[in-house]
Amino acid sequence: MSHKLHLQDVTVSYNRIPAVHHLNATLLCGSCVALLGPNGAGKTTLLKAIAGLLPLETGRIEFRGHQLGGSSGHEIAYVPQREAVDWDFPITVRGLVEMGRYPSLGKWRRFGSADQAGVEEALHICDLEDLADRQISALSGGQQQRTFLARAWAQKADIYLLDEPFTGLDRNAVDAFAQAMRRLREAGKLIMASHHDLKSVEALFDHILLLNGELVACGSTTEAFTKDNIDRAYAMHVFSGHTHHHHHA
Amino acid sequence: MNWILEPFEYDFMRRALLVCVLVGFTNGFLGAFVVIRRLALMADALSHSLLPGLALAAIFIGLSPLGLLLGGLLAAIFVALGGHLISRSSRLKEETAIAALYIVAFAVGIALIKYAGVKVSLDHFLFGNILGVGDSDLWTSYAITCVAMTLLVSFQRPLLLTIFEASVAKTQGVPVGMLLGMLILLIVLAMVSSLQAVGVLLSLGLLILPAATIYLLSDSFDVMLWGGASLGTFGAVTGLLVSFWANIPSGPAIVLILGLFFLLAYLFSPRYGILSRYFKRRHLHEESLERWENQ
Repeated sequence: MSHKLHLQDVTVSYNRIPAVHHLNATLLCGSCVALLGPNGAGKTTLLKAIAGLLPLETGRIEFRGHQLGGSSGHEIAYVPQREAVDWDFPITVRGLVEMGRYPSLGKWRRFGSADQAGVEEALHICDLEDLADRQISALSGGQQQRTFLARAWAQKADIYLLDEPFTGLDRNAVDAFAQAMRRLREAGKLIMASHHDLKSVEALFDHILLLNGELVACGSTTEAFTKDNIDRAYAMHVFSGHTHHHHHA
Repeated sequence: MNWILEPFEYDFMRRALLVCVLVGFTNGFLGAFVVIRRLALMADALSHSLLPGLALAAIFIGLSPLGLLLGGLLAAIFVALGGHLISRSSRLKEETAIAALYIVAFAVGIALIKYAGVKVSLDHFLFGNILGVGDSDLWTSYAITCVAMTLLVSFQRPLLLTIFEASVAKTQGVPVGMLLGMLILLIVLAMVSSLQAVGVLLSLGLLILPAATIYLLSDSFDVMLWGGASLGTFGAVTGLLVSFWANIPSGPAIVLILGLFFLLAYLFSPRYGILSRYFKRRHLHEESLERWENQ
């Protein structure tokens, strides 16, 4: 069951400046991977490259033995940062989740009972059944994130790429989102999320990928999430701020 | 019922009615995409840039609908692509670049029409002349409605994905750039077809007002599409009748009727109208309490 996502010698540029250099990593399906690193480390750039939104300068990305190149149909679900979405769009939670079925339906195929079942399942997994008929701006931040997760589930994606999903969520919303994430993991999905709150990493993720323009460490949270690795990624003592002075103008 | 039927005893009014139905429906349907994707300003620029295209066509090909269509398309593409290029090659933002181009194009158009000495009045282009609809105008409107509706309905799903979130759509294999280009082309086509009814300057009203009205009334994109088309048709036909009885030009009459609906929706929409919001504060408060409890 355990499919693998192989990143081989991956270099990606953002606005023509290389942001991720010669990265090698292998990630297993059935895991929640935190993408960690300081600002500008290339977290979003790497996510977008895997999603096929940015071209690779070098290297290749393989999943289930074939190369992921450009747009990839339904294997990959990319969830953008919440600010990137127009929440006034005239659509309900159910309507948004139904959009997940569109790529496999194509232009003409009817929205059938199997698609309907997929949508219901997605709403159930993300605990959105009671909110299904609500317009999407009438949701809290956590519910909005879960709606996108449900859309990705309805798409039957194998790889979930989330850009800062926990930013701005309160504790309850984080718990609810983490629970939905764990359900996806148990269903054998690969979840990759850029993340910046180091304190919550161990509670939310089982694997980490530590970046700083290049790969610093990649592995299970218990083995790779060490103070040494973190210090190397952030190039300073993140946990002891008193040696570092901020100068405010 | 006489006041409805009597005008249509005249042949020119029957033609005008047909044009209103076609143009109102197509623009109303397309308008949903324009409003949601925030292309209203772009559409305004495109409508103005039709003028030089029309003038060139009038000079070189004569005033046939096909000539107008080609000229209009050419000018609109020049403005849309030119704006895109200027914004990418300089520090100007796209809306500034497009505004600069279309207003210059508009001036060129006015100058050309005077210079060419073609026997058409500027008024005709600017404000339309629905009572002078000829057979070829009718056929143009038919053809444009068929093309636009076929494309919009068959690409409805990928278009919806694109205007909702372009980057997500790209990861799903949707040809985002091509679809947005198609949308721009369809806007130009719809405007060319509404020239006869309302003219260059007022064509934006047919495109934007129905969709904007329904946007204030509904949370469903399907309702926006078909509701916009229905309202556009109804508004155009009602405007035509008003123009007949009140003896005012059809363009302003149609846009005023659509504007009236927009105002009513802005004030009285059950969910998003300002008056209903004001009087339903208590209700909103309860709704938010309920939301808290559900979390």
